Amino acid sequence: MPDEAAARPNLLRALRETAVTALLAFGLFLPLIGFNTVQNIRNELVLETRWPLLFTFVAILAGLRFLYLVVVAPLMAERARAPSRPAALATLPTTLPSWTMPAVIGFILVYPLLAMLIAGPGAGKWIDNFGIQILIYVLLGWGLNIVVGLAGLLDLGYVAFYAIGAYTCALLGKQFDLSFWMLLPLAGILAAFWGVLLGFPVLRLRGDYLAVVTLAFGEIIRLVLINWKDVTQGSAGIGGLPRPTFFGLPFNASPDGFAARLGLEFSPLHRPLFLYYVVLAVVVLTAIVIGRLRRLPVGRAWEALREDEIACRSLGINTTNAKLAAFASGAFFGGLAGALFTARQGFISPESVNFSESALILAIVVLGGMGSTVGVAIAAVVIIGGTELLRELGFLKQIFGAEFDPAQYRMLLFGFAMVLIIAWKPRGFIGMREPSLVLKRRQVIDATLREEHG
Amino acid sequence: MSAPVPPILRVEHLTMRFGGLVAVHDLSFIAERGAITALIGPNGAGKTTVFNCITGFYKPSEGRIALQFGAEHLWNELDALTQSGKRGRVRRDGALYLLERMPDYLVSQRARVARTFQNIRLFPGMTVLENLIVAQHKTLMRASGWSVLGALGTRSYRNAEHAAIEKARYWLEQTGLTERADDPASQLPYGGQQRLEIARAMCTDPALLCLDEPAAGLNPSESAALSDFLRAIRRDHDVSMLLIEHDMSVVMEISDHVIVLDHGIKIADGTCEQVRNDPKVIAAYLGVEDEEVRAVEAEVGI
Repeated sequence: MPDEAAARPNLLRALRETAVTALLAFGLFLPLIGFNTVQNIRNELVLETRWPLLFTFVAILAGLRFLYLVVVAPLMAERARAPSRPAALATLPTTLPSWTMPAVIGFILVYPLLAMLIAGPGAGKWIDNFGIQILIYVLLGWGLNIVVGLAGLLDLGYVAFYAIGAYTCALLGKQFDLSFWMLLPLAGILAAFWGVLLGFPVLRLRGDYLAVVTLAFGEIIRLVLINWKDVTQGSAGIGGLPRPTFFGLPFNASPDGFAARLGLEFSPLHRPLFLYYVVLAVVVLTAIVIGRLRRLPVGRAWEALREDEIACRSLGINTTNAKLAAFASGAFFGGLAGALFTARQGFISPESVNFSESALILAIVVLGGMGSTVGVAIAAVVIIGGTELLRELGFLKQIFGAEFDPAQYRMLLFGFAMVLIIAWKPRGFIGMREPSLVLKRRQVIDATLREEHG
Repeated sequence: MSAPVPPILRVEHLTMRFGGLVAVHDLSFIAERGAITALIGPNGAGKTTVFNCITGFYKPSEGRIALQFGAEHLWNELDALTQSGKRGRVRRDGALYLLERMPDYLVSQRARVARTFQNIRLFPGMTVLENLIVAQHKTLMRASGWSVLGALGTRSYRNAEHAAIEKARYWLEQTGLTERADDPASQLPYGGQQRLEIARAMCTDPALLCLDEPAAGLNPSESAALSDFLRAIRRDHDVSMLLIEHDMSVVMEISDHVIVLDHGIKIADGTCEQVRNDPKVIAAYLGVEDEEVRAVEAEVGI
């Protein structure tokens, strides 16, 4: 076999490169990790060395490099040599077995019950932090996906609509004592109204310019919320917000509460359980509406707008209306998500609506694959679920010692994961576009075929 | 032109300035109904600028661009309409529009002017079929009750969508793209993309079709096929055409009427035969003899 003859020099080369890597890592980490400054009892700075830690880092890096050269690189070369099918015209992925979809839906439906079975009284965290929170981000991702993924309008201030939805709920709920069920659609409608208001001045802008203006809009909303203290109570936030009731029955331990009236034993889990299904219902409804919108002329106009705005206008499409419709519908779902957020927290403050939220939602859309409903949902699960899981890394203390606080490494690990995912799938999890209608044979379109027109 | 055929388009004293540059100067011409009118001229003559003025992408500095379809007597209302300051008049039997007063999308939506582009502008990531469906936006939008009825999935919208697909299917057959209906538009060969762009423009149900260099980049046999295609469109559909083209074989073969522009000024206007033999046209395309230049220079005293 010629491969065996080639393997020996390859191994030598790998060892050599590993040594180089180790040397580089040593040089780089020596000042970064090798030394540590400590204040001693007399308030003097003392230089300490941390050789074991330094060598651990160098060894890990060298090991990874060696593994890459010996295992991963040949595999990738093998794959590159194999005849690849044309990427652009891949037929629908058939690798997933047909029961995947029902299984996933079934799992989502029974998830909170499963959590209660397994975690018992501690299930609240699993239902709330994982279940409800992820679903709210799915909703946000889908809303932004209309604006960014379908219509191709880069919006960096999307969280503003989330804020408007949440504060609509909070202020109207407190002022007029409206029930949550009234507030939910109101939050969506008001957010959509603001979406149109934002839409008007930015209609002529595209790309980077639009991004900057929407970013500013997000900040304006946040700063108004902080500084308009008479109305919004500033950074203190608004608490004690109306929680959703079960057909008028509140979830509390009172004799009029849900548990007492239904003859159940009171449990703090009832509320998150109920809320989970409420949010799930809103998410399902949203999925249906967005699926319909894509197959309507307005949805096709959005995608056409993303592809070529001038061609759109030459075909008699009012691009102004199409953009406003995109902003309004995106904002509507953002507003709904904001209302559901207040239902979950019972509290809202400007802290929850800063720029990093916008960035997070945009990351979900980009990572999921712009325009892909399923992809965005997967990305929301991965990103939000992932960051929440990173809170659960207490066991790492057993490895790295009691001083190690995994929470501090959350964002670092999160960043690493993002880089890896984007390197692996540059167009997001689902970088394929499914046509909105088909004449003969259904096939998906690789996102690389889209061109950007300024 | 004292032709008995009524005009579809009447361009009067059209001037377009970009800062100090006069791209089109005092241009007047008429495009006859049901005819193919060609707009030719050397590079930079201002042909595409004229197109952009007609289709509403540019607002002309001066001049009037009137388009009329349906009953001819509406032309009599042209001056009254101009005075009124409105964009157009719509009667039960036809309509008259002043295109220079309309934004680009309304020129297509109301005045039924469709266009193609010099550098093809398809929706590259959408399928061939979707390209043809997007072009039927106006009809489908109305049928979907501005999305409300469509979102509810009413039968009337589904019927309208079905009709739109049938129309697309007709154009797929006409362009020979039926087999590739579900492929992304960017995957088509160049000639296919060009035919698709024309078919997409035809899907808007235009009264006037403006084609900007449809034969650019085609070989002679493809050019001949394009001529046949354009003639078939005119035969089977009630549409007039305005054509910018450099390929003289196409122009001379299909045009009923040729207008020659040079440096933004009309230098000739007539049938193919008349234009072909016009010394000014020959001079514009081929340049003039040195002696002639010297003679003119002597005359003006340089």
